[in-house]
Amino acid sequence: MPPNTALGKDLVGLESLTADQLRAILDTAEAFKEISERQIKKVPVLRGKTIVNAFFEPSTRTRVSFEFAEKRLSADTVNIASSGSSVVKGETLVDTARNLEAMRIDMVVMRHGSSGSAQFLAERIPSNVINAGDGRHEHPTQALLDMLTIRDHVGRLEGVKVCIVGDILHSRVARSNIFGLRTLGAEVGVCGPRTLLPAAIEEMGVKVFARIEEAIEWADVLNVLRLQLERMQAGYVPSLREYNRVFGLTRERVQAAPGELLVLHPGPMNRGVEIDSDVADGPQSVILDQVTNGVAVRMAVLYLLAGGEPEKAEAAKVDGAHG
Amino acid sequence: MAERTIVLKGGRVIDPSQGIDQVVDLLLVDGAVAELGTDIQAGGDAEVRDVSGLVVAPGLIDLHVHLRQPGGEHKETITSGAWSAVVGGFTAVCAMPNTEPPIDDPAAVGYVAAQGRRAGAARVYPVGAVSVGQKGERLALVGEMVDAGAVAISDDGRPVSDSGLMRLALQYTDTFGIPVASHCEDLSLSRNGSMHEGIVATRLGITGIPSAAEEAMLARDLLLAQLTGGRLHVQHVSTRYGAELIRNAKARGVQVTAEATPHHFTLTHEAVIGYRTDAKVNPPLRPADDMEAIREGLRDGTLDCIATDHAPHHYDEKEQAFEDAPFGLVGLETALGLGITELVEKGVLGLSELVERMSTAPARAFNLPGGSLRVGAPADVTAFDPAEQWTVDPERFVSKSRNTPFTGRQLKGRARLTVVGGRVVWDADQGLDHARQQARKNA
Ligand SMILES: [Zn+2]
Repeated sequence: MPPNTALGKDLVGLESLTADQLRAILDTAEAFKEISERQIKKVPVLRGKTIVNAFFEPSTRTRVSFEFAEKRLSADTVNIASSGSSVVKGETLVDTARNLEAMRIDMVVMRHGSSGSAQFLAERIPSNVINAGDGRHEHPTQALLDMLTIRDHVGRLEGVKVCIVGDILHSRVARSNIFGLRTLGAEVGVCGPRTLLPAAIEEMGVKVFARIEEAIEWADVLNVLRLQLERMQAGYVPSLREYNRVFGLTRERVQAAPGELLVLHPGPMNRGVEIDSDVADGPQSVILDQVTNGVAVRMAVLYLLAGGEPEKAEAAKVDGAHG
Repeated sequence: MAERTIVLKGGRVIDPSQGIDQVVDLLLVDGAVAELGTDIQAGGDAEVRDVSGLVVAPGLIDLHVHLRQPGGEHKETITSGAWSAVVGGFTAVCAMPNTEPPIDDPAAVGYVAAQGRRAGAARVYPVGAVSVGQKGERLALVGEMVDAGAVAISDDGRPVSDSGLMRLALQYTDTFGIPVASHCEDLSLSRNGSMHEGIVATRLGITGIPSAAEEAMLARDLLLAQLTGGRLHVQHVSTRYGAELIRNAKARGVQVTAEATPHHFTLTHEAVIGYRTDAKVNPPLRPADDMEAIREGLRDGTLDCIATDHAPHHYDEKEQAFEDAPFGLVGLETALGLGITELVEKGVLGLSELVERMSTAPARAFNLPGGSLRVGAPADVTAFDPAEQWTVDPERFVSKSRNTPFTGRQLKGRARLTVVGGRVVWDADQGLDHARQQARKNA
């Protein structure tokens, strides 16, 4: 296991990454994007490496994206997908860690419902650990693909104004985006009902907008989060209809933007709740680019954690040599 | 019992109850303080201990410990807790009732008291539950529990939400002269929370417990104490405005005493960073401003006592995702060192004031014998070296549990000799073996 890769042993979150490390991932992802356009979408970069995708929370999107990335890099992959079954509930994180260690695998991609679970695992096993979402903490590859998408369309991240809209309180996507975007010099805002904004959020260096109209006035980019149905049931918002009325991204609101507006959504969307269909399918939406970039970003992370050097990503695509 | 005589010679006796701070000998006869004097000469069979260089204080008293027995013997037993206490310099501890089953009737109270006596280490005073089964519905058998040895009643671990019941408890205890010890927490505000609600929790993605969850309930309890004239003891105050509420109530003449823990005067919520479950405690570690306010409250006496809230947990219970791990940390063996290092060395309290907060004031708050070296007082004495430097190593704890956020911390000050009822139960010169063996008995 190479301990001194460009990223360190693990990718637990973006909070601890430097601007250089973040740029290395995005640049490497840019180089890998082309592979997905090929007829034969496979390079031998991770040949002989075994990767376990351990998903202790249901997530088709992220798991499939990781699997594509792994297969395109020729890794051997195994999925442990347990959608919140009682078996998984009963097994403690420690036992999960011990079992994974006993399998002598090279890398673990883990999605888990508990904040801190990725770090917990990373501290206990020698394999590289990639956080595919831990509770309400971080979802680093999602934020990286969001950042890559913004950079593709705007041409830079420095000085770009990105507002994250919706349930910031429960969102790991929001936290990772705030950490990563700020490190790369973007300005970050958040907008949502006060009940769904975490305490002291301003201290994370973000602007807070009470109204979506103000956020749209300010922002170059809106990253619209999914509103989980449970939030209404738990009383954070009185009704989905009211949420759409006050915070929903409607065509009228988008058209009122002073300049060009880019709209992202990490999916899956609740059409008619946080985002209307004419916006989701409209010209400002880059939601499908996000999906494409997701695979490239995950390939980049896998490559770098396996010891690949960012500068050699182009060459690696051809001969698979990465040291 | 044969007459037993101990002379502690040449120590610096600090007894806040008499305003004494001088080098003087202390004579203990038959389980009681017999004399304080210079150059005491005792008979041939007297045990003479040279304690020069040490502070000789009335035995430390901890009003707030969880000894886990019955029901949680894998974490701690009354015996192991009582031995952990004497190693930390405590001669008496008050055992909270949130065991399994809870200590809510005279038989259970009698059991805790009897186990405590069998342990033969620190005195163990049972605290009874406020309500039957700690369910928060009906008052427990307060009078009968007092007869069986309960020194207070408390809702610790399961806060009383019903204000009417809290009122009854404060009224009913008046007959027996015992306080109601309250863990102030509005559960509807703290629900699902695992740490202080603030920037650290936000970064970590952990559900927070706002300060108001503690303060709202504390305000209620103070108003009920004022309404009833009952005696309220506020447990583990952790916030600035909590301390302020108590200061205010005391100025109005409300009968209230309060305690603060070593972890709340030493650590902030940043100790949780890295998802450190050993720093997961309830009430949670707060921001630095609150920690400063706790120190200030101890300094000006708003917070009368230091109590540990010693809460042992088995290692694999803490070896979990942060939000799944239980609250609590062990404190008996680090409290004195933290008090000296964090309060005395940093100029918050003088040594005599520290002894007052850890012995005299707790004795007063719960009407316990001890807390004084007056002639006739129980021969409960702690001799400690205020200058001894040591490093916290949980592997050396006598407690059954190791869950401390202070691992590796350099501390100053340690108990060298602990005397309970005229019997030496801890002698640091003899090493830990005896205490460890004793601690594993009666489990
Ligand atoms: Zn408590």
